[in-house]
Amino acid sequence: MNKRAARKHDVIVIGAGHNGLVNAAYLAKSGLDVLVLEKNPWIGGASVSRSLYDGWTYSNCSYVCSLFRPEIYRDLELARHGLQVIPFDGGLTFMRNGDYFGSYPDEERLRREIARHSKRDADAYNRYAADVSRQTQLIRPLLLRTPPDPASFRPRDVMELIHLLKTFWALGEEVLYDTIRFWTMSIGDFLDEYFESDVVKAHLAGSGIIGTALGVYSPGTAYVLLHHYMGDVDGSIGSWGFARGGMGSIAKALASAFQAFGGKIETEAGVKTIRVAKGRVKGVVLENGDERHAKIVVSNLDPKRTFLEIMDEKDLPADVVRRARNFKIRGSSGKVNIALDGMPDFYALPRGHELLRTDFHFIDSLERMERAYDDWKNGAWSKDPYLDTLIPTLVDPTMAPPGKHMMTVFAQYCPPKVNGQDWTDAQRDQFGQTVIDQIAEYSPNFKDLILHAEIRTPRELENEVGLTEGNIFQGELTADQLLFNRPFPGYAQYRGPVKGLYMSGSGTHPGGGVMGAPGANSAREVLRDLRRKNIVPDALSDE
Amino acid sequence: MNKQYDAIIIGAGHNGLVCAAYLARAGYSTLVLEANQQVGGMAGMRELAPGYAAPACAHLLFLPCARIMAELSLERHGLRPAAANLDTIALAADGNHLILGRSALRGGELPAADRAAYARFQNQLRRFAKLLQKTFATRPPRLTSGGWADLAALAKLGLGARLLGRDDLRELLRIGALNIHDLLRETFVDERLQGVLGFDAVLGNNLGPRSPGTVLTYLHRLTGQAREGGNGVWTPAGGMGALARALRASAVAAGAEILTGQPARRVLLERDRAVGVETASGRQINSPVVVSNADPKTTFLKLVGARHLETGFVRRVNNIRMRGKAAKLHLALDGVPVFKGLSDEQLGQRLVIAPSLNYVERAFDSAKYGEYSPEPVMEIAIPSMREASLAPKGKHVLSAIAQCAPYDLRGGWEAGRAVFQRRLIDKLVEYAPGIREQVTAAELLAPPDLERAFNLHGGHWHHGEYSLDQFMMLRPAPGAAQYATPVAGLYLCGAGAHPGGGVMGLAGRNAATEIMKRERRR
Repeated sequence: MNKRAARKHDVIVIGAGHNGLVNAAYLAKSGLDVLVLEKNPWIGGASVSRSLYDGWTYSNCSYVCSLFRPEIYRDLELARHGLQVIPFDGGLTFMRNGDYFGSYPDEERLRREIARHSKRDADAYNRYAADVSRQTQLIRPLLLRTPPDPASFRPRDVMELIHLLKTFWALGEEVLYDTIRFWTMSIGDFLDEYFESDVVKAHLAGSGIIGTALGVYSPGTAYVLLHHYMGDVDGSIGSWGFARGGMGSIAKALASAFQAFGGKIETEAGVKTIRVAKGRVKGVVLENGDERHAKIVVSNLDPKRTFLEIMDEKDLPADVVRRARNFKIRGSSGKVNIALDGMPDFYALPRGHELLRTDFHFIDSLERMERAYDDWKNGAWSKDPYLDTLIPTLVDPTMAPPGKHMMTVFAQYCPPKVNGQDWTDAQRDQFGQTVIDQIAEYSPNFKDLILHAEIRTPRELENEVGLTEGNIFQGELTADQLLFNRPFPGYAQYRGPVKGLYMSGSGTHPGGGVMGAPGANSAREVLRDLRRKNIVPDALSDE
Repeated sequence: MNKQYDAIIIGAGHNGLVCAAYLARAGYSTLVLEANQQVGGMAGMRELAPGYAAPACAHLLFLPCARIMAELSLERHGLRPAAANLDTIALAADGNHLILGRSALRGGELPAADRAAYARFQNQLRRFAKLLQKTFATRPPRLTSGGWADLAALAKLGLGARLLGRDDLRELLRIGALNIHDLLRETFVDERLQGVLGFDAVLGNNLGPRSPGTVLTYLHRLTGQAREGGNGVWTPAGGMGALARALRASAVAAGAEILTGQPARRVLLERDRAVGVETASGRQINSPVVVSNADPKTTFLKLVGARHLETGFVRRVNNIRMRGKAAKLHLALDGVPVFKGLSDEQLGQRLVIAPSLNYVERAFDSAKYGEYSPEPVMEIAIPSMREASLAPKGKHVLSAIAQCAPYDLRGGWEAGRAVFQRRLIDKLVEYAPGIREQVTAAELLAPPDLERAFNLHGGHWHHGEYSLDQFMMLRPAPGAAQYATPVAGLYLCGAGAHPGGGVMGLAGRNAATEIMKRERRR
């Protein structure tokens, strides 16, 4: 054992993903001596920019940002540390019949565009937008709060529960009913209530399924839509943005803020085990055998990795081990990052059309989306996948050489295993080909422009990023794993079952999406247990 | 005839009859109008061929409330079990069937771990079902704008949940909206066991085992078996028709009048108040209270008419999801069918074809796209094994609920009916090889047939999906979830209202309670 490496810190954070860094930055800001350990040679976890092809920068995991909490952005002065978010608005869906649906940011233009597909739907849209926006207003105040434990009689939990009940009660009868319905419905059924046009429904349904192992007609997916709508960029709710320089810029800015508060980051320092003695955390043992000591260890890994891989079963209560085994973290998506020799043309739109600067899709009906899900259920990747495609270089030219482009394609559904077997490289390439073929149906020169493509299935997301089964949210966003159930009932307040152990990853409330809220919430709980002054916001600053 | 009644009930399904019996016993002069020639609705019987009678829809009883049976003296009016605590037999094509008794598993070479897990699973879920059942016997509370009684009901429910204890409460909050697939995969190893339990959760609903919310539908089904010492799954002596006969006798004995062959055409309104019913023959009958046992869409969109209702409410009614996907197959057999590995005694039990969760899920997948399942799931009963009067001597009637048969089949049911029927018989042949040759008459009731036969919008068995967004105070829709409706004097008493269908009778009883609270009798 290497004794000289055994150093003592106040807090060790395992994993330099964005939540780990947010957590570490708040704790360091509070004056604690914090060490972040990262197994990869780079930081950021799923918020990374990588140069995998000379001259190109890929946001090769997460690819857009909206949900990142502005309170954290301001608190940690991320602008000063170099983070710049460029908003974009709108969207586009290409149709099989050669037409398209454009979601324009301008209200009047959007109304005319919907009317082109269905007059009735154009009338319904305002009602839809108002109803969804009301729901996002309801959920947002919950994001930066620690969920109460409904099975506890501690005053803090009871008070918080009463607070929540009062908040909901104040909505009034009709809104409350609508809220219960919205939280339990499928996005397909919800959209069917408003719209008749297939393409309008398909365009809007995407946000209900991205990242989930559910189909558009699975109850609970309307809530997932909410999860994707609850962000804001520059105060404009539900809009999305690019991080200039790729998603790695978020991690870079967070790391810079953290280091400015005196924190230290060690890369290529994968943790082998969390050391526990007499029911208390003592520190960690690294993969190279070195030790790092601290009375507080915050794991930013998903619950499966935390409890089943880097902890010893004998240090844990049996129910935690069982719950960790049953934790649902099925991956459902892959990613294809493509370096393009130039801007591809599309049959349906003239060159340079503004809609190409937003995210675009190639699935024009709910039935196609649901069938894509059926393939996943049957253990295969979708033959006709749902793609969320962006060309960030149209907005942020720093990511590719002049005149060239980078395309990021999020592809769903893609299973963690193919027919129960591990992925092979050949299958990975076939999956990539499926994605490329779908885009090429709509673009005459797309295939000719491809210089390089990085294809990531859940296998690569697991092995390279550390997301178990390739689940981008570190755990599915279903009611059994939300709020006080996330990650497990009884452990939703960021504390692990061992004294001194905390969780800060997206596997905790309120979940993933490069939001930063789990990291901030867990920092607040650590400070609380240390009886230090709270410096983490516990309500949204704009509410 | 210008007699005035205190209450008119549209539809003599079991809930309509229950409601009528309670109202009549409380002294309300009550008239029941039934469109068909016989009472019972979907809990009634139909003639399959001369001498053969088949249960029209429901063919087993899971849920009837014991309290209703006692309060309405149904036993005195002729209702007794012919067989109680029926086993569920999960059929295996190789004859190695798995038998699910009330608390134990038999047969099928099951892993020992599953056997132990099954007992734990059943015990815990029955505790949850018991809590759910408590909410079934009262009207769902209104949220925020209700009175003290509503608050008290909510508090009682909250207290009941707390009293489950910490571990149970946490588990209930976790699985309350979970899908049955994940829960079963966490708990059991055996595919047959997972399959049959998953089937129980989706029977009659437009859901697959992987659809979130199917633990709730499973609990709904369990409520009937939550009570110790109950009848479990049972069939009445004299066939399913005996239930409706007993209910009718109880209602008539209490003074209710029942007119059959009298379809209601519309609810008569005067200054936005229900004042009576006009029948299809043009007869107008007055009454300050009209109770509809019809489904909510038929009630509001057809019998009342959208133009008499507020737009927002009409939208809510239009949005009720109630497209049926269960069909009913009836076979007349010229002898005892031979199922591989089943004794004659076992033929009288509840037989299920749902060999694995994936099988059940795939059966559902087809229905999503308007196709019938090429590999359907089925619940089979052979009622003549228990009740010889249902078929000529030595002959038998087989009754099967088959899924998935979507209401709006692509290509239509005219073309599809015969094909699906053939497919179902082929499926039976896999388990009972000689059965095709024994069939002397057959009929398939697809959802549109049920729609026609029982004036049931969409042909949905439960008058609307069971799902969290159509449950309790959301069933059938806010504004009509407490049996009273936006039309003064008009009430709902059918399965479309809380707590739903499944031949339970509680919707009828709860509606009667609500009417007695709100409407005076003369």
